[in-house]
Amino acid sequence: MIAKGLPGNGWKTAGLAAGILLMLACLALSVILGATPIRLADAVRAVTDYDSSVNEQIIVRTTRVPRALIAAAIGACLAVAGALMQAMTRNPLASPGVLGINAAATLAVVLAITVVGVGSMTAQAWVCFAGAAVGAAIVYALGSLGAGGLSPMRIVLAGSAMTALFASMTQWLLVLNENGLNDVLYWLMGSIAGRPIAMLEAVSPYMLIGLLGSFLLARQINILVLGETAASGLGQRTTAIRLICGLIIVLLAGSSVAVAGPIGFIGIVIPHVARHLSGMDYRWLLPYSAVLGAVLLLLADLAARFVIMPLEVPAGVLTAVIGTPFFVYVARRARGEAAA
Amino acid sequence: MKIEAPKVHPAQALEQAAPRTGVRFHRRSLLWFLGLFFFLLASAVVSAGLGEIRIPPLDVLRAAGGAGLADHVLVVQSLRLPRIAISVLVGASLAVAGAILQGVVRNPLAAPDVVGISGGASLAAAAFLTLIPGAYSIQLLPVAAMIGAVLVSSIVYLLAWKRGVQTFRLVLIGIGVAMLMNALTTFMIMMAPSTYTAGAAYLWLTGTVYGTSWTNVVTLLPWTVFFLLLAAGHVRHLNAQLLGDELAAGIGSAVQRGRISLLLISVGLAGSAISMAGPIGFVGLLAPHMARRLVGSLSGRLLPVAGVIGALIVLIADTVARTVFLPHDIPAGILTSGIGAPFFVYLLYRTRKSR
Repeated sequence: MIAKGLPGNGWKTAGLAAGILLMLACLALSVILGATPIRLADAVRAVTDYDSSVNEQIIVRTTRVPRALIAAAIGACLAVAGALMQAMTRNPLASPGVLGINAAATLAVVLAITVVGVGSMTAQAWVCFAGAAVGAAIVYALGSLGAGGLSPMRIVLAGSAMTALFASMTQWLLVLNENGLNDVLYWLMGSIAGRPIAMLEAVSPYMLIGLLGSFLLARQINILVLGETAASGLGQRTTAIRLICGLIIVLLAGSSVAVAGPIGFIGIVIPHVARHLSGMDYRWLLPYSAVLGAVLLLLADLAARFVIMPLEVPAGVLTAVIGTPFFVYVARRARGEAAA
Repeated sequence: MKIEAPKVHPAQALEQAAPRTGVRFHRRSLLWFLGLFFFLLASAVVSAGLGEIRIPPLDVLRAAGGAGLADHVLVVQSLRLPRIAISVLVGASLAVAGAILQGVVRNPLAAPDVVGISGGASLAAAAFLTLIPGAYSIQLLPVAAMIGAVLVSSIVYLLAWKRGVQTFRLVLIGIGVAMLMNALTTFMIMMAPSTYTAGAAYLWLTGTVYGTSWTNVVTLLPWTVFFLLLAAGHVRHLNAQLLGDELAAGIGSAVQRGRISLLLISVGLAGSAISMAGPIGFVGLLAPHMARRLVGSLSGRLLPVAGVIGALIVLIADTVARTVFLPHDIPAGILTSGIGAPFFVYLLYRTRKSR
């Protein structure tokens, strides 16, 4: 097995600590900056000594802090989900957004709201998990059907087609329920502004289970990425580990969609950046991804407030702007379909 | 079912790619074309009679000519016929654009949706409608969309360039860029002051011919006719493209120049269509494949049949979309994507070992 004391662990710990400090700084900035600038003193007092007659303190409590927490949590979840998917499929472009898992979860939520009339947040979260699970099952089926299934790059194309399919079904449901359309439109584009903190509270246990579970599985994932044969040769129960990883991906992506809608590209970008900084060892890669994912979405959300003041850009649009060049870069380097 | 890549027997293509005089028709293709064309006409008449007010086919014809009940005349002439006309124009344009594209890049997965044409045209159209509302006549909308389509598809082509353009990479990068265009277009329309409600914008992005007037038809018609005629004039070049670069050069075809004009025709057709109806998904993928099953890959036979099939697809999709869910009028693009997306996955699957 892999030795505990890898060389360079000191540096990696320092890097992770720096990342966490950066994340905390971004959290603070996210609370302070915006259409109404908040003084740091007010922000601190809003937490320690809340005075509901001070406007700034109300903004901090009701808007800024929830928003910052949501951005950090979702960024971390999507990045780790992306890293896990890239490991499972050995596909550098795999992520919940690209492969249609986010779109499937979105469809499930819209279906539950418009047709069944599901109201409670916990129920919505579970519907979201179910949708994400269906999406993941389809990806898995596409990758394993017939002789060898689809190659990694073909799965990306199939995922985009599935996204189009789920999106058109979502639209169909929304057109039939016109009055619902405008309510969910921002959520549909992926937005962390004005999302209820209660939703985050409802899914936070699943997020934590997903994140911690992935960290605990990191050693097994390290072996799994060597390939099926090597992994089972080393005595690993690959099917069980794949299944657990699949469940974790569903929990992470489903929770994120439940809170903020389908935010794309974080799951592609961050694992690559993290791999660059921490190397291939998933015991480091996954925590790095979580921290960097949080930082990226916090920064994207900050930028979203300033690009077209006083209006806001939905976070999903900004991550698309940041992520597409990255997608193109990875697609140009990919050699999976060199012959096709 | 066997998926045929757009390939033809070299001897056959050689014959068809060589310059020749006189017009000869291939009987089977001609029959298919005429049969489908009459089916299209009949569908148009039936479609004009369907909706909240049902009108029998004979009365539809009378109303189209201005006779019959006043309500019928109004409904048929000013509401349903323009919508049917634009469906036909848009469907034919997208289908021929897709057929040309599949021939030029010699890949069955190519379609305006996946190489950046639809994304660029949508973004430019949205910018035209929201950033400079009313500043220029609506007549210029197709031009704006075509410019957007040319720009974005060129960017996709350049990004896919790496010692030559490998078609699979082209499609992959096209899809990445399409995601960005989609996000930007949605955003742009949502930020528009009042002209479009967010909901309407969202529907436009799916592709809909809802609320078409004769102005739209008259704006689009010249472009469609112009580019379809150009396409007809380039049939020989398209056949040469099917041969591959070396053989085509061998028979004296200016391969690169032909390719660029063909791509421009394709972009023009798809761009102008999208400016009027939004990116109605997967029509440019479905129609050429269906046509190829019927009449084979030779361009002179394929393009007309694909065009009629595309027109039929959009017309039928829109008729179903506006009548089945009454009183709701859902975008035609929802139906075409519903059929087209699984077909695309199927194509990916079928062609996975081919090259």
